Amino acid sequence: MITYSFLQHYWWFIISLLGGILTFLLFVQGGQSMIFSLSKTEDERRIIVNVLGRKWEYTFTTLVTFGGAFFASFPLFYSTSFGGAYWVWMAILFCFTLQAVSYEFQTKPGNVFGKTTYRTLLFLNGLLGTILLGAAIATFFTGSDFVVNKSNITTMTQPVISSWGNSWHGLEALLNLRNWMLGFAVFFLARTLASLYFINRLKNEVLESRSRKFVLYNALPFLVFFLTFVIWTLLSEGFAVDPVTKVVSLEKFKYFTNLIEMPLILIFFLLGVVAVLWGILGTLFMNKYKKGIWFSGIGTIVTVCCLLLIAGYNNTSFYPSSTDLQSSLTIFNSSSSNFTLKAMSWVSLLIPFVLAYIFYAWRSMEKKPTDLEDINNDHHAY
Amino acid sequence: MELLDASLLGWSRAQFAMTAMYHWLFVPLTLGLGIVMAIMETLYLKTGKEEWKKATKFWMTLFGVNFAIGVATGIILEFEFGTNWSNYSWFVGDIFGAPLAIEGIMAFFMEATFISIMFFGWNKVGKKFHLASTWLTITGATLSALWILVANAWMQYPVGMEFNPDMTRNEMIDFWSLLLSPVAINKFLHTVFSGWVMGALFVIGVSGWFLLRKREIDFAIRSMKVGAIFGLVATILIIYTGDGSAYHVAQKQPMKLAVMEGLYKGQTNADLLAFGILNPDKKAYNDSVEPFLFKLPVPVSGMLSFLGYRDFNAFVPGINDIIDGGYKITDKEGKVTTAKSFAEKQTSGKAAIKALSDYQKSMSAKDTVAAAGYKKILKENYAQFGYGYLENPEQLIPNVPMVFYAFHVMVGLGMYFLALFVIVLFFVYRKSIEKQKWLLWISLLTIPLGYLAGELGWAVAEVGRQPWAIQDVLPVQAAISNISSGSVQLTFYMFLILFTALLVAEVRIMLNQIKKGPESH
Ligand code: HDD
Ligand code: HEM
Ligand code: HEM
Repeated sequence: MITYSFLQHYWWFIISLLGGILTFLLFVQGGQSMIFSLSKTEDERRIIVNVLGRKWEYTFTTLVTFGGAFFASFPLFYSTSFGGAYWVWMAILFCFTLQAVSYEFQTKPGNVFGKTTYRTLLFLNGLLGTILLGAAIATFFTGSDFVVNKSNITTMTQPVISSWGNSWHGLEALLNLRNWMLGFAVFFLARTLASLYFINRLKNEVLESRSRKFVLYNALPFLVFFLTFVIWTLLSEGFAVDPVTKVVSLEKFKYFTNLIEMPLILIFFLLGVVAVLWGILGTLFMNKYKKGIWFSGIGTIVTVCCLLLIAGYNNTSFYPSSTDLQSSLTIFNSSSSNFTLKAMSWVSLLIPFVLAYIFYAWRSMEKKPTDLEDINNDHHAY
Repeated sequence: MELLDASLLGWSRAQFAMTAMYHWLFVPLTLGLGIVMAIMETLYLKTGKEEWKKATKFWMTLFGVNFAIGVATGIILEFEFGTNWSNYSWFVGDIFGAPLAIEGIMAFFMEATFISIMFFGWNKVGKKFHLASTWLTITGATLSALWILVANAWMQYPVGMEFNPDMTRNEMIDFWSLLLSPVAINKFLHTVFSGWVMGALFVIGVSGWFLLRKREIDFAIRSMKVGAIFGLVATILIIYTGDGSAYHVAQKQPMKLAVMEGLYKGQTNADLLAFGILNPDKKAYNDSVEPFLFKLPVPVSGMLSFLGYRDFNAFVPGINDIIDGGYKITDKEGKVTTAKSFAEKQTSGKAAIKALSDYQKSMSAKDTVAAAGYKKILKENYAQFGYGYLENPEQLIPNVPMVFYAFHVMVGLGMYFLALFVIVLFFVYRKSIEKQKWLLWISLLTIPLGYLAGELGWAVAEVGRQPWAIQDVLPVQAAISNISSGSVQLTFYMFLILFTALLVAEVRIMLNQIKKGPESH
């Protein structure tokens, strides 16, 4: 029997999965943040830009789809968070806009601002996009400063339902150290994944050996920040929802309890972490090993997906209000109607087909690793 | 807490309009040029002639440059529904979110995947697979237009929904009526065809330039031919669907139609204006000042009545009639009723809003009997819900000069494009197009007019639906987010500067690529 509650859980799963895929694909951003440090010569830089440039659209499109799917399935989140944490989201959008043209324009004659400018924009997107997205997602655990009052719609002077409690409009999230932890974790993870990707994709010894070093330099801080965030979160209070009265309250060790009470998620979470580590350690210890990106990539998807699942499942508020607990958003009070979720679920059946053709396209385009010659032979190279 | 002031509304609208208009500078060319290059690649496969491949690659490079910036502006638009129209996003998100999500899943990924094969796959995949990728890229682009236009059409003509007072929002009850709404279908066709017209104008304009320079003659004539045939077909289609647009506007948004024609007093057997100059002294809808300094109707009498109601003698209500009510209208089921005045609708809207408030209060007090009563009042008055937020009838009238001129210039340009494509095609078949310098110049100079027509079309559609975000249900001032107008002002300028800088770069790159010509591809 497909109940409303099942659909709400299903859609939270889809959102979490998209979040996981997005985090994995942020390796493009991670690579962009290394444009100037990983490469020493123009040829090397060109190689990096080109292998990333064939993937940037996927990250971008996943971000767009993540937004669209969130809107369709949990519209109250869309309106409360985007309209409230205005500046954080605007900053994120701004740096993704910079990215979209930078690949296509950078080596074209007449591009006005010059190659280095576009690469700097890519660098900025890599740096800020990852940290800000991480910090924004961390507020799913740490809470934000907003109030939702639906009956406002009947007041003429102030009909807006959701309002933010302070005039920083989201930037105050940066005052919370725990948000930074996730921000940095995402940033260094993206760079680690990018290094693994280069090792897998490139036929260039210099870049490959440098990438191996970069795996180490970035995986270490990643682990420190990630573990700090996870342990801190598991040990701190979480936003629990009473299943009967729907009253939201702070509960000690809520997220830890969620993991214990949902053993399947716990198992996948641990498997995900192990896969990420496997990819990293394998690359560090085996000189010929090039498949690290597959393990760490899939591990990232699974881990992030599980992390988001424990934020929303088991009577937890996924977008808590720290100022007015009862305004907190749960998968029940912020979702679309039964009808819409059902209609959207039919559409979600397309997702496997989409993944299949993406996979097929990648396979047919990337039969062998890329080198400079490849790029020089390609009339559309960046 | 910030106050919701008029300047916040103004800046929010300005920001959305600015981003949308920038987005629309790039989308039409994507839609049109995409088809052109797919046709050319198909010809390449059919004939095996390298010339077609060269031509395909040339147009494809321009497509790529234009595409990137279209994507950059698109992402802002999507999130602006949340950032700037947060109340809207909740109030109708249950319905409006779905097309946006489907667009991502169905269209954007298709585009993103096959575009990379299209650009990078020439030597990596087989010819047939490559051609399929090109077609799939443009199919993806067209599908993304479909879903966003379904969403937009729904704002103009909300269907398939029901208000849920417990959730304080509208909920979807019928997905197919959303997708298959006649307004949506017509809007999709008219808008996509406008992209085709743009693509064709671009192709004949650029080819004209090569012919003027006496360069790449073979390539340019080939392109001219494809461009002119495609353009002629697209222009006929756009005029046909434009007529359909006007018909739907008349049926569903009579105020927009009245403003498009500057019609204050309704008429039977109403004339369509071919040209007119509005009287700037007309200050109020109900003063006695003549609305026009000069007007020239099209020669066929009763054309406006025919356009709007498919009957030369039909009554077309003017701005004053819509505000005062009292004329006869035929509703969806064919029943004849008397139109309500603004004051009546406003009363009814206020009653609906109050009933909602009372309903929610009695529900929290667990008084289900009283709640049921309020729910009934709400239901009876819900169709006019949005009017409850309006204070005076002037708020109901969109900007008349903007909509009037935009509409007439768009239609004029449509007729002009038709003539242009016919003439170009004539000389292409006479095999003397390269000798008609004047025509080549005209073709080149018409490129900006194509952009103009498209932007004006959107001005008609979007300015003309003011004050409604959702027709009759939600006015723009109740749709916004609660942020300071200063913040929106700042992001407005940030995006304006960024987009303008990118546009300058884009135009220069395009000019450079065109100058390089197809040889280098
Ligand atoms: C090349 C561009 C172009 C050209 C030549 C025309 N149009 Fe158009 N028109 C558009 C591009 C466009 C558009 C940009 O695609 C719009 C904006 C919104 C929409 O649905 O399509 C539009 C909107 C639009 C609307 C408003 C629809 C609404 O409010 O929902 C009407 C009534 C017309 N058009 C009618 C016409 C007629 C009678 C034309 C006769 C020649 C015409 N258009 C030519
Ligand atoms: C890309 C083509 C489009 C262009 C050029 C365009 C143009 C405009 C313009 C000129 C306005 C300002 C109207 C005014 O404030 O008087 C506007 C407002 C708006 N449009 Fe569009 N529009 C486009 C597409 C869309 C689509 C597809 C949607 C919905 C899916 C949409 C939704 C809105 C909204 C929400 C506003 C703000 C509220 C308002 O002022 O009405 N627009 N647009
Ligand atoms: C007339 C209305 C619109 C049409 C026909 C249209 C069509 C398109 C097309 C063809 C693209 C492909 C890229 C390109 O521009 O070259 C695109 C990109 C995009 N559009 Fe629009 N769009 C319209 C308005 C909007 C609006 C109102 C939104 C916001 C909801 C939007 C969101 C996007 C996004 C997010 C992208 C980038 C997605 C990607 O390819 O990764 N569009 N749009």
